[in-house]
Amino acid sequence: MKADRCTADPRGVLTGTHFIDGDHACCEGALAAGARFAAGYPITPSTEVVERFAARVPKVGGTFIQMEDELAASITLQGAVWGGAKAFTVTSGPGFSLMMEHIGYAVMTETPCVFVDVQRGGPSTGLPTLPAQADMMQARWGSHGDYEIIALCPNSPQECFDLTITAFNLAEEFRVPVMFMMDEVVGHMTEKVVIPPADEIEITPRRHTRKSVEDYLPYGTNGDGVPEMAHAGEGYNFHVTGLTHDERGYPNMTPPVQDKLVRRLQSKIRNAADRICLFEEEQLEGADVVVVSYGITSRVAQRAIESAREMGLRVGKLRLITAWPFPEKKIRNLAAKVKAFVVPELNLGQMVHEVQRAADGQARTFAVSHAGGGVHKPEDILKVIVEASKCRIV
Amino acid sequence: MSDSLVTEITNAGNPVDAILRTDRMPHIWCPGCGIGTTVNSFARALIDSKIDLGSLALVSGIGCTGRVAGYVKLDSFHTTHGRAIPFATGLKLANPNLNVVVYSGDGDLSAIGGNHLIHAARRNIDLKVICVNNLIYAMTGGQTAPTTPGHSITSTNPYGTFEPSFNLPHLVEAAGAVYVARWTTFHVRQLARSISEAFKKKGFSFIEVISPCPTLYQRRNKLGDALDTMKYYKEKSKVRNGSPTSEAGLTMTGEIIVGKFVDRDRPDYGTMMRAQYAEALGDEYVEQDQREQDRMEHDRTENDQPEMVCS
Ligand SMILES: Cc1ncc(C[n+]2csc(CCOP(=O)(O)OP(=O)(O)O)c2C)c(N)n1
Ligand code: SF4
Ligand SMILES: [Mg+2]
Repeated sequence: MKADRCTADPRGVLTGTHFIDGDHACCEGALAAGARFAAGYPITPSTEVVERFAARVPKVGGTFIQMEDELAASITLQGAVWGGAKAFTVTSGPGFSLMMEHIGYAVMTETPCVFVDVQRGGPSTGLPTLPAQADMMQARWGSHGDYEIIALCPNSPQECFDLTITAFNLAEEFRVPVMFMMDEVVGHMTEKVVIPPADEIEITPRRHTRKSVEDYLPYGTNGDGVPEMAHAGEGYNFHVTGLTHDERGYPNMTPPVQDKLVRRLQSKIRNAADRICLFEEEQLEGADVVVVSYGITSRVAQRAIESAREMGLRVGKLRLITAWPFPEKKIRNLAAKVKAFVVPELNLGQMVHEVQRAADGQARTFAVSHAGGGVHKPEDILKVIVEASKCRIV
Repeated sequence: MSDSLVTEITNAGNPVDAILRTDRMPHIWCPGCGIGTTVNSFARALIDSKIDLGSLALVSGIGCTGRVAGYVKLDSFHTTHGRAIPFATGLKLANPNLNVVVYSGDGDLSAIGGNHLIHAARRNIDLKVICVNNLIYAMTGGQTAPTTPGHSITSTNPYGTFEPSFNLPHLVEAAGAVYVARWTTFHVRQLARSISEAFKKKGFSFIEVISPCPTLYQRRNKLGDALDTMKYYKEKSKVRNGSPTSEAGLTMTGEIIVGKFVDRDRPDYGTMMRAQYAEALGDEYVEQDQREQDRMEHDRTENDQPEMVCS
């Protein structure tokens, strides 16, 4: 069963053309998606998202609460989800680190929700006001245990709006926490953002059960691996636990139950990867080199790609809009046809390892690393493209 | 004495079945553990106060006490260690019609969750917190908790504790709780009455129950078995309703001041929030129950068939 679709509640949709930054656009996306609850703790460069939410939400019907820390914020929002709300939290590096246990809790309890991380330079307090893309692996692996989440990477304020809606829709469809991986530049850049009329915005509603109390099995599945949800106060008397649990939601800490549960949590995402993986692609046909980038770096890479083409090189572009699940199949298929991938990112090498793994020796992989605090110089990316286009596959 | 005590405990067991997930029995608690006794009183309070069980949600953290959520036939959430209160805060704010109970251990609520405890009391979130204080981290094998009295032997203080311990009623009163009481597992009726009273309050209510952990605390400290502990609770408890909480500190074998310490009124978080928005925003303020939002989405999918597209 695929999730139902409906259109946005017009009360949350600020239809029109706006000139706003990515943080504000993300907030508008959340409101348009139906989010009526946010819990947060202030941290640069993400705070503007919740500041706007705090100003907007009482006029739309909902709640913002500033919690005492990110440990609290990341679980308060999950309480709100089980109370019936669509909910999210917003943070940056140090706060994201504190939220990790509750990403695992959302995975295990299948609580649909969105975590926005406006990435800044790290480790630790690092560069509070400057960009990085160094939380990509943390988003994937930061909580303990085996699991799959979804992560999206916008590269403009318009996408901060559009993809925040996608993030909420995916969260509801798969009952999974979705990481919305912005960065300081995308968060703070101001551009035109067009917000369509509410009836043009597709919304995935909660997979709320329509079963009777007697028939409802909280963690029973319906063929595609995603169970139906009930909310507190509806008479279902259900149990939710972060312990390994059976279909009734009851703790059952035996290896067979663990195996069944953890594999289902993984496969509900992996089996749908083709549908979840979004990209922007350009001139991949006949390319010798493909530049794989995401977020703000994709905009710098664009310049380098164009310069390389002017030099007569055959360069394709693959922008990852979905970072997780990683689009393995796409990279694998391309690797059979191209000489090399060039992967610029604002970290010392994270997604590049995924590209290399998926290429599996069929094509070479070149990193263009950057420790964060600014964006790449297009020339630095260009240099690697030139080098890559000369390489031989060994 | 011990005969009458046994009858008392058995009788208290009667109301429980209606509220328990009997399909999850037997429970994991040790013989002589006090947690089950507190659940008896809780069940009795639910029945006595005629609370609508359908609108009652129970949230626990992690620990022996945290397992309560798994045994009650209610919408129940077994969350993460220390975070029952912030989870419950989100639940309550999203659906203000819910009665939300937090049921957890002393370590969960006052150590790892201590920050949330004081802030929820400060905000006066409408939660009923039942804290089973067995003076120890039981689930993990009897390590020192912030509530462990001085000179106790624990697995992490094998030569005796020397850190000062928290006086929880005093802490939560100072932080702003509107209702604060303490009982022991000997005081099953008083405990049930306090829980019923807390349900009538709107705001942050905190009930501490001193409870034996014969397996780890009593045994290591040579305090006898469960029955000896009951005898101690009976003999050394002093009922002092209205006692200043500052005088309610605990020691290992000394007096236990019990009673209702605080019963006051101040507006809860939801009331203050709505009043502030209404004042600042006037007609622009939209008060909305989150479930209404959910229902609307449903209506839009069910009724607006033409608009429905399946991806
Ligand atoms: C983040 C985290 N840290 C540590 C633990 C291990 N742990 C589980 S229960 C517990 C202590 C529980 O003590 P208390 O809240 O007093 O409950 P009791 O078992 O005594 O009822 C600890 C430390 C955990 N589950 N999660
Ligand atoms: S270890 Fe202690 S607190 Fe835990 S169940 Fe046993 S007696 Fe009760
Ligand atoms: Mg304890």
